[in-house]
Amino acid sequence: MLVECLVREGVDCLFGYPGGVTIPFYDVLYDHPLRHVLVRHEENAAFAAEGYARATGKVGVCCATSGPGATNLTTGLVDAMMDSIPVVAITGQVTSKLIGSDAFQEADTFGITRPCTKHNYLVKRLEDLAQTIHEAFYVAGSGRPGPVLVDVTKDVLQAQGHYQQVTAIHLPGYRVFTEGHTGQVRRAAQLVQEAQRPLVYGGGGIIAAGTAKELREFVELADLPAVLTLMGLGGLASEHPNFISMPGMHGSYAANMALTNCDLLIALGVRFDDRVTGRLAAFAPHAKVIHVDIDPAEIGKNRAPDVPIVGDVKRVLVKLNKLLAESGNAPDETLRAARRAWWHRIRQWKQEHPFDVVTSDTEIKPQHLMAEIDRISGGQAIVASDVGQHQMWAAQLVRFNEPRLWLSSGGLGSMGFGIPAAIGAQFARPDKLVFAIVGDGGFQMSIPELSTIASNGLPIKIVVMNNGHLGMVRQWQTLFYNNRLSAVELDGFPDVEKLAAAYGFKGRIIDKPWELAPALEEAVAEPGPYLLNVKVTPFECVYPMVPAGSGLEEMVLGPPQPVAVPAK
Amino acid sequence: MLQVISLLLENKPGALMRVTGLLSQRGYNIESLTVARTLDPELSRMTIVVDVDSVQRQQVIKQMNKLINVLQATDLTDSPAVVRELVLVRIRMPQESRTAVLKEAEIFGGRVVDSSTEGFAIEATGDPEKLGEFIDVMNSYGEIEVTRSGALAIGLEAKKLRLQPPVPTKTKMEEFVD
Repeated sequence: MLVECLVREGVDCLFGYPGGVTIPFYDVLYDHPLRHVLVRHEENAAFAAEGYARATGKVGVCCATSGPGATNLTTGLVDAMMDSIPVVAITGQVTSKLIGSDAFQEADTFGITRPCTKHNYLVKRLEDLAQTIHEAFYVAGSGRPGPVLVDVTKDVLQAQGHYQQVTAIHLPGYRVFTEGHTGQVRRAAQLVQEAQRPLVYGGGGIIAAGTAKELREFVELADLPAVLTLMGLGGLASEHPNFISMPGMHGSYAANMALTNCDLLIALGVRFDDRVTGRLAAFAPHAKVIHVDIDPAEIGKNRAPDVPIVGDVKRVLVKLNKLLAESGNAPDETLRAARRAWWHRIRQWKQEHPFDVVTSDTEIKPQHLMAEIDRISGGQAIVASDVGQHQMWAAQLVRFNEPRLWLSSGGLGSMGFGIPAAIGAQFARPDKLVFAIVGDGGFQMSIPELSTIASNGLPIKIVVMNNGHLGMVRQWQTLFYNNRLSAVELDGFPDVEKLAAAYGFKGRIIDKPWELAPALEEAVAEPGPYLLNVKVTPFECVYPMVPAGSGLEEMVLGPPQPVAVPAK
Repeated sequence: MLQVISLLLENKPGALMRVTGLLSQRGYNIESLTVARTLDPELSRMTIVVDVDSVQRQQVIKQMNKLINVLQATDLTDSPAVVRELVLVRIRMPQESRTAVLKEAEIFGGRVVDSSTEGFAIEATGDPEKLGEFIDVMNSYGEIEVTRSGALAIGLEAKKLRLQPPVPTKTKMEEFVD
């Protein structure tokens, strides 16, 4: 019955790991066409489901057994929660009679996952199963998307029953606001027309709402400069002339200066995250704020907006565009001059301090690596990143000309995300070139999944940016802790040629800058998986950097004077 | 400051946990919480008093409204509402103060529910602040033990009378699925 529900929800692929209580479910899968991908750790099942969802916008599905299976899922669930990714997780639970008896592999999954999910369920009766599964998919995918977990007891999984068509969903406490208040939208349109220094600040909501087209129309109609957060990259093509770049802690000088100096901030599907805003009091201090979000709780959470609009970004943008296109208000000459001056300043900031592609003749610089990946991708490849320095450099330097190409753990920042997310994405988009850009730390958290990649023949190109350290922590220790490098050295990294060979695919180690381009081209030309270990300079830091707790204007643009290491 | 929230929620397993979990997760401290069924057995009414700074008050309500089992969260702090609490006091005092204690209890509208040679058990209802005074007064006469119910509140301003909570009619599945 469970499988029937999944098929009716349009699920074509799920990621999971079986166990004692889920055997009845797997017994049905044995001769069912529904594709199950066996991962090597449940956490990666959740990440892969996220990768699938992030690459398509459809609900990703993962499943695990009771007890340890379910607890292993939690990191992926919280990750999906923080980034608003629609995922349905199905877990097995011990037989309902045994619940509460500390049975073998029993854990309070319902209780444990309450704060990890948008909503969760425990199903103890077969007659509730279909209703619950359909509700779970509806809740996960609607409104502000998120993960939903359904815990199903073994007796329910084992029971035989005929699928009864579910005709209605009964969720009296669940409301989704999509339309956006017309009066507020009109006020917003007016502000957009009157602003001298407007700026669009778009985030993950652009991707979730599938509104890249409307966003492009919007910035073109009113000729607005736009910054996109880490979660929003691809929402407006990186090559679009109105796109500035990513703002925030490691955002560009131009993006952060534009935020600090704008007089109107048009916030679309963003949550004013601390990694973007820096010190809130210094964030866009001169700006009026229009905030559009589907989640009413986000509006006014960190910054009180002047024009709050609760609604689906897509529908609001459609309305806004219509208003802007219809109003014949030609801006007067003063306003046009102010807008021209504003664009001029932005272009100047961009010129003064662009993201630097640092290269060297003797060593591979991490920025050089990202620039080469960018050249090969041409803004078209799917890039799943892990978390850390490589993530920031990739976000800065790799172009994304469409939404759903950049898959990155933004809110939670889960290491070990990159490779399983790439697996999910490659299953979702078999036609696409998929890179997994990971650090040497995160890679070692995901090594088990090399087996999943090998056994499914997934042509993922894994690029390890290997600096021999947990680079981001090392950077903070260097900059803020007197260069006392504590527990960040990762020696004992495996030989990837042998490692890849052990799994039956190709791998290569490179450390010379002239090898970089040919090696990447070889990797992409390879029909199967490829593991590339790129040894980069170990002590590079990501710049610009806004130190935690500082205002965006106080960003550090380059390396400080060397800090002496105190004698031990 | 103290904020009084009235919640209407589905009477389902885990619903209470979602509310209390949300409060602790977001760092709000619960002063009191009461919950019981409404006329509709599928719904419960909960009154929560939380200690939050005034900036966060809206945020608490919004987060509560996001919970899928919560039908409605209302802030009753500044709107016209009746807030009442029940207190049970056991008092042990010298024989000579018995009459005085009874007099005091009467002033606060208290009712003796048990009497023994050692003392009384008194119940009183009222405004939480008044009950605090009542407890102080009782304390001045002897040794006391106190149980408070936590605040119960009912809004007086609601546009619709919430005695019979409106349960939205079931929506056709097709309307949910795009």
